[in-house]
Amino acid sequence: MQNRIGAQKGLSLSDPRVRAWLFQILTIVFVVGLGWYLFHNTQTNLQHRGITSGFDFLDRSAGFGIAQHLIPYVESDSYARVFVIGLLNTLLVTLIGVVLATILGFIIGVARLSPNWMINKLATVYVETFRNIPPLLQILFWYFAVFLTLPGPRGSINIDDTFFISNRGLNMPGASMAEGFWPFVIAVALAVLAVVVMVRRANRRFEETGEPFHKFWVGLALLVVIPGACVLLFGSPVQWEVPQLKGFNFVGGWVLIPELLALTLALTIYTAAFIAEIVRSGIRSVSHGQTEAARSLGLREGPTLRKVIIPQALRVIIPPLTSQYLNLAKNSSLAAGIGYPEMVSLFAGTVLNQTGQAIEVIAITMSVYLAISISISLLMNWYNKRIALIER
Amino acid sequence: MKMLKTTLAVLTAAAALGAVSTAQAGATLDAVKKKGFVQCGVSDGLPGFSVPDAQGKIIGIDADVCRAVAAAVFGDATKVKFSQLNAKERFTALQSGEVDVLSRNTTWTSSRDAGMGLVFTGVTYYDGVGFLVNKKLGVSSAKELDGATICIQAGTTTELNVSDFFRANNLKYTPITFDTSDESAKSLESGRCDVLTSDKSQLFAQRSKLAAPTEYVVLPETISKEPLGPVVRKGDEEWFSIVKWTLFAMLNAEEAGITSKNVEAEAKGTKNPDVARLLGGDGEYGKDLKLPKDWVVQIVKQVGNYGEVFEKNLGQSTDLKIDRGMNALWNNGGIQYAPPVR
Repeated sequence: MQNRIGAQKGLSLSDPRVRAWLFQILTIVFVVGLGWYLFHNTQTNLQHRGITSGFDFLDRSAGFGIAQHLIPYVESDSYARVFVIGLLNTLLVTLIGVVLATILGFIIGVARLSPNWMINKLATVYVETFRNIPPLLQILFWYFAVFLTLPGPRGSINIDDTFFISNRGLNMPGASMAEGFWPFVIAVALAVLAVVVMVRRANRRFEETGEPFHKFWVGLALLVVIPGACVLLFGSPVQWEVPQLKGFNFVGGWVLIPELLALTLALTIYTAAFIAEIVRSGIRSVSHGQTEAARSLGLREGPTLRKVIIPQALRVIIPPLTSQYLNLAKNSSLAAGIGYPEMVSLFAGTVLNQTGQAIEVIAITMSVYLAISISISLLMNWYNKRIALIER
Repeated sequence: MKMLKTTLAVLTAAAALGAVSTAQAGATLDAVKKKGFVQCGVSDGLPGFSVPDAQGKIIGIDADVCRAVAAAVFGDATKVKFSQLNAKERFTALQSGEVDVLSRNTTWTSSRDAGMGLVFTGVTYYDGVGFLVNKKLGVSSAKELDGATICIQAGTTTELNVSDFFRANNLKYTPITFDTSDESAKSLESGRCDVLTSDKSQLFAQRSKLAAPTEYVVLPETISKEPLGPVVRKGDEEWFSIVKWTLFAMLNAEEAGITSKNVEAEAKGTKNPDVARLLGGDGEYGKDLKLPKDWVVQIVKQVGNYGEVFEKNLGQSTDLKIDRGMNALWNNGGIQYAPPVR
């Protein structure tokens, strides 16, 4: 066989390697050609119909107001800045949603395995209810049926004259930099450094001598004592501004708008139901023999869960958890229904309409979601590799 | 869901722009005749302009403009199909060819006329942005709205005009933008917003849909010019002329005193040369537009003249009770004016 192919100098279609190359080249030519054709044709036709194309619009001034912006914004700012604001608003919901849904999901997931009948059934009802209702309905429910039925600013629920809950959202004191701010930042950095050093030394001692060390409590103490001493020495790092009812609404302080609250809450509750099931299946996948082995080694219940069950369960949990995070990021685009200014409602909505450049705007928006999703995937894959079973 | 809808619309637009050969004069009329109806883009529910009635039939002045186009082209005002579009979807739907004409309370601006491959054919209704507030707030002028939270419909010129007004008067506000006018109205009722802002005609319409309309008041200020009119794709002058002259015909009919009641008698026995030209008794003015000779007769008979359509949909006999105001004819104190048919 080897000899025969070696002997044939020319290219022949009967050679499987030649065939494979040929088909792959043809496919690439076809795909690239199709892409080029679509691009060229769209470009020509856009021009022909007098539809402006290109990305020049990003420099133009936007001219409309935005309800929530994490970076300073005035109406005369550019569409590019509006894009960044929309992106940050999407990331904000995604980040808060992922953290809260993970915590809630783990609690519910463990609760579903609880031998306590009541806890077990409550968790089951939670999962079955929330994962079976479409997320858009849940968002609309929380927004229109819960947050908007709260009293107005003048009749707001007043907590200690500092927090106010109304249909305008949650108003709370806002912090601004005071003189003690930079010393405080340095103190926190020092405390973190001290904790890292302490944990490393404690771990080395544990490996060498097997003596455990109260890492958690000592770490907590370091984090409280060092910055605390700093505050006593240099004064408070921030000054608080309490919201005041003035005119139509509260003035001053910070506000979490009801759109953000409704969206985050709905997505958290919805995604947590799925995460709970993933956690339950992960823990179930660790054989009972592992628990028995740990117990017979003399480990108590807590350490058994933390050091034996969870690390093994995580290997099953992480990959499906990644998809849930991706879903949450993508579901945040449902906010268009309640007017939360995220990527889709702000950029693919308002900006698209004000500029009329649908193809560019949608292309940018799609790329953003792709980029967010790929980033989450890469991060989770990296974490998955780190915790994967290292066979010795 | 909205994302999906918009994306689909855009993908369709891209596909349509990519695959179909470029628009040519006459293409739209031919396509419309071939399929046998006019596809008309209207709002997602705005009383007086385009809203489904109890039978699901779309009624309103914008819908009637489309019916008039169908009457002119086919001699049958029922040969029209409606697509309900929200503010965000409307231009893409027209650009991609999903609708033949967009008659959806859309403001005529330079950027929409020049940069989007669209062109406005005229003004169905002269409007301006105003403010709707709850009487309980005790506000009597828009200048007192400093610090207010304002509900707006996304993707409208209102978003820009409100921002201009507040900047010009050095006032602060928080905008909450919704996809549909129903959502913004609901938010006003629940108190999420202090103010609902939109074109004034829409405010009257929105107010009539609220649970307690009498508790709300439209502030006196009009802060912008919002000429609303039908839009078609650029590059098809023939279709553009048909839509443009359909509206002009309705205005001319009102000016000449021709109504749906007397139009047939007038067509047969008029002695007025102006009316004879308009109704096809004299000359071939319909032919130049590639329309039947009796196009104006059909429009007026089946849909009505401008004044009748206005009265029927927006006037004193309706819940909206909007005065003609600027929309009266030029010789009657308004600014509605149509070039002559001759």
